[in-house]
Amino acid sequence: MIALGSFDWKTFFNYLVFPDSVTWWAILTTVGVAVAAQVFGVIFGVISALMQMSKSRILRFLAGAYVWFFRGTPVIIQIFFMYFGAALFLGFDPFPPHAHLVFITVPGAILAGTAALAINEGAYMSEIVRAGIAAVDKGQMEAALTVGMTRGQGMRRIVLPQAGRVIMPPLGNEFNNMLKTTALLNFIGVKEIFFDAETRISSTFKYPEFLAGAAVLYLILTTLWGFVQKRIENKFNESDRDHAVDMPSFASRLLGGTRKPTLADETTMAIGGHE
Amino acid sequence: MIDHIVNAMDVHKRFGKVEVLKGVSLQVSLGEVVCIIGASGSGKTTFLRTLNGLETIDGGAITVNGHHVGYELDKRGQLVKASPKALAKVRSEIGFVFQRFNLWPHMTAIENIIEAPIRIRGIDKAEAIANAEELLRRVKLSDKRDVYPGKLSGGQQQRVAIARSLAMKPALMLFDEPTSALDPETIGEVLDVMKELALGGMTMVCVTHEMGFAREVSDRVVMMDGGVIIEEGTPEHFFMNPTHERTKQFLSKIL
Repeated sequence: MIALGSFDWKTFFNYLVFPDSVTWWAILTTVGVAVAAQVFGVIFGVISALMQMSKSRILRFLAGAYVWFFRGTPVIIQIFFMYFGAALFLGFDPFPPHAHLVFITVPGAILAGTAALAINEGAYMSEIVRAGIAAVDKGQMEAALTVGMTRGQGMRRIVLPQAGRVIMPPLGNEFNNMLKTTALLNFIGVKEIFFDAETRISSTFKYPEFLAGAAVLYLILTTLWGFVQKRIENKFNESDRDHAVDMPSFASRLLGGTRKPTLADETTMAIGGHE
Repeated sequence: MIDHIVNAMDVHKRFGKVEVLKGVSLQVSLGEVVCIIGASGSGKTTFLRTLNGLETIDGGAITVNGHHVGYELDKRGQLVKASPKALAKVRSEIGFVFQRFNLWPHMTAIENIIEAPIRIRGIDKAEAIANAEELLRRVKLSDKRDVYPGKLSGGQQQRVAIARSLAMKPALMLFDEPTSALDPETIGEVLDVMKELALGGMTMVCVTHEMGFAREVSDRVVMMDGGVIIEEGTPEHFFMNPTHERTKQFLSKIL
């Protein structure tokens, strides 16, 4: 069936240029799951990072164990465990075929998959957020304390917004990864882009056409995200645009240019003031 | 006791095995300007930082404006370690100016100044802005209202930092070597602002190497060495007839 050199361009272009409603839903699912998983991943990451920096030994241990476990095991196993294994531990199935979220109903697989990706992502974000907070000069929190803020207020108002500038570039890369990692949810039956391509392959046997088509869809999503990321980073850098915390150009990032490893140090210097 | 804005008694502090403060006592009256001088490592900065609880103490007691620093009275009248809220409350009445300014770089000059009055005091934004503009005028930086700290010179940053502290209407201002990180040509503008504050009746404790400022502005000069106060007196006495051998040595080197 599959003869090399007989790539069916028409099928390929049709898939990309005239996606049917099923494909649109698949794209929407991929984006929706990725965004939701990333948002919760960041939330878990911030919580975990703060726990790791807390004075309480128990909180530090719990956060450390979380990061250790979820970074140390394959995400695909975590996804399977979440979807098929959660019922074993809970005694009821938290992910039924039609799960009711506050005002919408979604397939349980999407819920389980998003939860698994979010928890996994939180472990990676934890380290990124921690590095971002550590890059903010200690004097910043002290200044917050001296005007009467509590540590919590100083963290929210003073430290985290500055850490954000350091966190944003790796966070962008994490979301780029997330967009592609959602393809794994195909294995628990989430109808995302890869699932959509596979479905079409199984009925047409046009492997390369639909695989390439799916790849291009992911490429479009990650490229669009690249533009958004750039805008967000510019916004974060508004306050010291003239200090030129060197950000790589969009093109260099797109083409795999390396990020300056000294970004965090430079930001610390910018924050620390003169000398 | 209440007429003492600062009342530090026999303050001890150790970092690990090193005892940095070996029993420091200092009273500062309302409106008084006290300069603390001494060589680096003498404990003067650490002592200043204990006055608003940036450093905890291992012995002794500190009250500022009638409040215990780092401790509070619980319901049974026992002195216990202060809750974060209680400590924040005490600190909000004490201004602190850092050697390295520590302005918040993601906020403009005026945003730096209005942040705490709005968030901590709950002052209406329009009122906070009006106060902040008046403070910027006093430190002669009205034209830098909407500029980010990264674009200000060291002296300008330090003046905004002073305005930020003043915005909380503190009962006491603490200065930790406020001119040590500055270029020589901008030191004067910061000292001028501090002088004006002193003349306006602000109670101030300054750790400084500016002997000219200490002589001209302060009511009392305190010399620290090896974690204790070894000599104190009026500037006239202090600079003309220091009695302690260590003080004489120090002054001969620095003057």
